[in-house]
Amino acid sequence: MADFIFWMIWALIVASAALVAFGNNLIHSVFALMGTFLGVAGIYIFLNADFIAVTQIVVYVGGILVLLVFGIMLTNKIQSAQISQSSVQKGLGVLVVLGVLAIVLTAVLPHNWVGGTTPMAFDDTVKGIGRLLFTDYLILFEIASVLLLGALIGAATLARKEL
Amino acid sequence: MIKLALFILFLPLLSFALQIFFGRRFEDKKGEWVSVGIQFSTLIMSLVMLVMMLSKGDPDFSIELHQSWLDLGLFKIDLGIYIDNITVIMLNVVAIISALVHLYSTAYMAGDVRYSRYFGFLGIFTFSMNGIVLANSLFMIYIFWELVGLSSYLLIGHWWEKDSAANAGKKAFITNRIGDIGMFTGMLIIATVLGTFNFQLIAERIHDGMWAANAGMLFGGIEPHKLLTIAGVLVFMGAVGKSAQFPLHVWLPDAMEGPTPVSALIHAATMVAAGVYLTVRIFPFLTADAMATIAFVGGFTAIYAATIAITQNDIKKVLAYSTVSQLGYMIMALGTGAYVAGFFHLVTHAMFKGALFLASGSVIHAMHHSLHHLKDHETDPQDMRNMGGLRTKMPITFGVFMVTTASISGIPLFSGFLSKDAILAGTWAYAANVHDGWLAHLHLAWILPVFGFGAAAITAFYMFRLIFMTFYGEPRQPKIFKHIKESPKAMTIPLVVLATMSLFIVFTLPSVNPVSDHGWFTTMVQSPESAVTTGAAFDLEHFKHGLHEAHVPAMVASITVAGLGILLAVLVYLLGKISADNLAAKLGALYRGSYNKWYMDEFYINGIIRPFLKGCNALGRFDLDFYDHYLINGWGRNVKRSSKGVGLADDLIVDGAVNFSGIIFQWLGWTLKFIQTGKIQNYLIFVLIGAVMLFVVNVF
Amino acid sequence: MDHLNSYLVLSAILFSLGLYTVVTRRNAVAILMGVELILNAANINFVAFSKFVTHNLDGHLISVFIIMLAAAEAAVALAIILNLYNDRGHINVDEANALKQ
Repeated sequence: MADFIFWMIWALIVASAALVAFGNNLIHSVFALMGTFLGVAGIYIFLNADFIAVTQIVVYVGGILVLLVFGIMLTNKIQSAQISQSSVQKGLGVLVVLGVLAIVLTAVLPHNWVGGTTPMAFDDTVKGIGRLLFTDYLILFEIASVLLLGALIGAATLARKEL
Repeated sequence: MIKLALFILFLPLLSFALQIFFGRRFEDKKGEWVSVGIQFSTLIMSLVMLVMMLSKGDPDFSIELHQSWLDLGLFKIDLGIYIDNITVIMLNVVAIISALVHLYSTAYMAGDVRYSRYFGFLGIFTFSMNGIVLANSLFMIYIFWELVGLSSYLLIGHWWEKDSAANAGKKAFITNRIGDIGMFTGMLIIATVLGTFNFQLIAERIHDGMWAANAGMLFGGIEPHKLLTIAGVLVFMGAVGKSAQFPLHVWLPDAMEGPTPVSALIHAATMVAAGVYLTVRIFPFLTADAMATIAFVGGFTAIYAATIAITQNDIKKVLAYSTVSQLGYMIMALGTGAYVAGFFHLVTHAMFKGALFLASGSVIHAMHHSLHHLKDHETDPQDMRNMGGLRTKMPITFGVFMVTTASISGIPLFSGFLSKDAILAGTWAYAANVHDGWLAHLHLAWILPVFGFGAAAITAFYMFRLIFMTFYGEPRQPKIFKHIKESPKAMTIPLVVLATMSLFIVFTLPSVNPVSDHGWFTTMVQSPESAVTTGAAFDLEHFKHGLHEAHVPAMVASITVAGLGILLAVLVYLLGKISADNLAAKLGALYRGSYNKWYMDEFYINGIIRPFLKGCNALGRFDLDFYDHYLINGWGRNVKRSSKGVGLADDLIVDGAVNFSGIIFQWLGWTLKFIQTGKIQNYLIFVLIGAVMLFVVNVF
Repeated sequence: MDHLNSYLVLSAILFSLGLYTVVTRRNAVAILMGVELILNAANINFVAFSKFVTHNLDGHLISVFIIMLAAAEAAVALAIILNLYNDRGHINVDEANALKQ
């Protein structure tokens, strides 16, 4: 059962991501992206990463996706739900991306990972992440807060009408 | 005591700042009384210090305050305050004269164009003078030395609208610089050998043999005591400039262009005494040779200036040359080892010469007002030939003149007698005790007492000449005489106070014997031990013994010569038994020489300044005609020619290379510009293609 | 589902699709979506390695920071896109080549 659900989610992610990449309708692409994000959240659950999964849903689906929709709505004169989009240099793009995919797969799959690949089941990651965040990763955490503040101010400044 | 000293040092600076920055605003509201008040408060503090000193009664008393100022690792300069009995006495002298001069100036300078500035400059002068007095090192003395030079320059040139005043200021400044060069060089020699400027440390280190150990090594194998002699004489050069000793005395008579109270304060009582004070401070490390040099400079100055004073007609010029002469006395005393006498004469002279100048100022003031009343701007108010018979009109001024003249002439019962007698005894003892060395040949040392007694006789003569010409006889200008009035109280009070200070009792207490040499002054001031250890040291013990023996004969001789001088003056100027004109005609060349100050100024102008300027002109022409024309311009012409050639090479070769590379890159750019689409996604694709290709190349 | 490679392959495919989106789309918002796909692919890798190879939570931490970074990046990018729109009336990246001149 779990296997089945895993592969279903796997397929969902690949299909929706393909729609994002190849679809002609921008709105469809955005909703397909939501499917991808939710699927990735499901994958996180299979990896015992409960905190990341929840964060994925909250931040990506609740935040970034909404931002993207806003971006689309604000930058198109909406007459219908159909917002077409077009692509450039498709042939070259497919060729190059397939090349990159081939490189990645040939590099990664046959590799012998140090320490093997035995799975390990975490049961409560929240506590561990919290502890690490305020011990080993404290400076990173503080820098991140500064970065967020900078992004906040930067975004607000850039979005003003009179730049 | 240190705190009091700091107040005394810095309060006059406050006075200066107030007068300079706010003086104009308070001119109508009696702003000068701030300065007068400050000076009198420093006077009170000085008196407190004097009382403290007397109650201690310790001749060796001293305290010192250090403050590091400049620290360059090995080389350190400390600033600090050194207080001993001499300092306290000197502080009192400065404070008394300065306070009285401030008071006097409120009347004398009333209505002057730069009234507040005048008081400001008096303030900075007093500050710098106190700085010299309190200094604990040669370096700090040097700083304040230059500051008094500056304030003297400013005050001499107070009426700079007059060319003569402006020139006198410049002359004083430049002449002093010449002496200061020597002083600075001497200071540096001492500091190089001993590594300190501090008086106490210098004496200590010389005593401990550091000089003998270092001097030869540092200065090319010179004999240490010779170097010490050189250093001492060089430092003394500063005193030669500041105390107007021959040959740098020429500035002091000209400095009389300044206001008369300034002459009294700076050019009679305090600043010119700074040179003597410096010599007092360096006394412990003078060698016998250096002291002999000092004695001869002083002795010659004493007699030389006295002979000039005889023939001068300007009342202030007479006093100026008298000052030079008396300063020569003090220097001579220090040179002969009569340390106490020299310093004693410095103090008594400050009192009676200050009074004399202020009294002459009172006379000039009266003359000036009378002339002003007559609307006469031609007649010189300072010329004694326009005076005469003033004693009835100005009784207080006349009285003061009498007392102080008696003092300077060395008549018993007055302070001048005590100090002058001690100096003459000192020269006598010195001459009698020289038995070896170059001084013993031909009895050269006996020149000093001859100078001393001769100058004493001449001093008595010209001072009484001054009195008789000014106050006795028939008024020479009856019109002017009619309007002469006694000066206001603000001027007469300082006169009376200073005249009182010229009485013997002030300095001999608790003894009331008028010829006593055991007053508080002579007990509190004791000559220091010489720090010089080698055979070059001056034999003080021997000298003191001789001094005791010479005391009585010197006293008799000094009274006799003073009496002779006075008698001659009475005969010539009061009774008219001997005609001054006939005498002048008979003496001819001597008279003209004295009248023209022995042509010293002319010698400087014709002998030094003109040739120097001529030399400068010649050098200038050489520069212009030869150096500029042939070397600089010729070099320029050659450079121009060669640069033309280089320019040609530049055009062909260097520019050609540059243009060629430019063409290459132009071609490259033209070829490659098609890649530059400006579309970010194209670039991304190129990057990815590059990455794939790199991978492929790496793997296969 | 218990094998590392299934996650790595998924991540690689997701990455390629994101890359393709970034390279070919003309619309700036669509490109942004491609960037999000790439970031998700990276996240999957980090969490998967955390479970299968390193056996600690460092990977999770990095994921958290990446998600945070993505949020910040999306905000700033959208602000820029809005400016571009205000300036030109469209958000086609291939026409935004003023740098060429």
